[in-house]
Amino acid sequence: MNLTLNRRYAFAASHRLHSPQLSDEENHRIYGKCNNPYGHGHNYVVEIGVSGPVDPETGMIANLSDLDSYVQREILDAFDHTYLNEQVPAFKKSVPTTENLCREIYRRLESFPKARLERVRIEETSLNSFEYTRESQDSAGGNSR
Amino acid sequence: MAHVRITRKIEFSAAHLYHNPKFSDEENRRIFGKCNNPHGHGHNYVLEVTIAGEPDPMTGMVLDLKELKDILQREIVDRMDHRFLNYEVPELSGQIPTCENIARVIWKLLDPKIVHGHLDRVRLYESPDLFVDCTAGGGA
Repeated sequence: MNLTLNRRYAFAASHRLHSPQLSDEENHRIYGKCNNPYGHGHNYVVEIGVSGPVDPETGMIANLSDLDSYVQREILDAFDHTYLNEQVPAFKKSVPTTENLCREIYRRLESFPKARLERVRIEETSLNSFEYTRESQDSAGGNSR
Repeated sequence: MAHVRITRKIEFSAAHLYHNPKFSDEENRRIFGKCNNPHGHGHNYVLEVTIAGEPDPMTGMVLDLKELKDILQREIVDRMDHRFLNYEVPELSGQIPTCENIARVIWKLLDPKIVHGHLDRVRLYESPDLFVDCTAGGGA
């Protein structure tokens, strides 16, 4: 059988959806309210899934304190209460949609040393959620953008 | 893949503690933190059990949910609800009753009992922010 350990975290951040490759009018048409030049914010919920053998000594795939401190450092400290467009380097080059946010969080957590990252699922609001999995990563031939 | 998945949710409340007698007291505290409290502590566990299969052409059902409800009552709730998992659930004896190990025990208890359709996933929530998925496959 396969086991995945899943953990949910929350952070709040603002963003603006605007592509420099599009005209202002196209940006407005495509992104609508999300194109507001002042930005807007969300309470993001990030669900992380990791897999691996269960250590018989601890009964754990990964110690939650290791996972929590890794996510705290790599994601929450970097994203919480920030303006994603300006304060997260990846979004200087790409539009901070939640699709791209999934990929960026996946990229940052992929090197977690204690277990294998399986999936990143983000709830942008309680009504919208996005997921990026190891299969998506494998089929994309890497996380290049 | 015309399979249909059906999921039933149940709850049980139980106590546990994490302690490995192979470790020193200090190592136990360092590795398991608050979960090492010798008096134990408890959770309201939420279990989602998913069965996959072909709906029977006569009944339109993969399995009778009443049958699944009875299996879950007998195998899980009667065994684990309002129990101290370390001491009162023999299937967990000698194991640290983490969410991983409890989910694995639940899978092993349920899998042979599901005769209509097959067990597709066991999802065990220890809290809304921590859950383990157990699915069929080659891993541990």
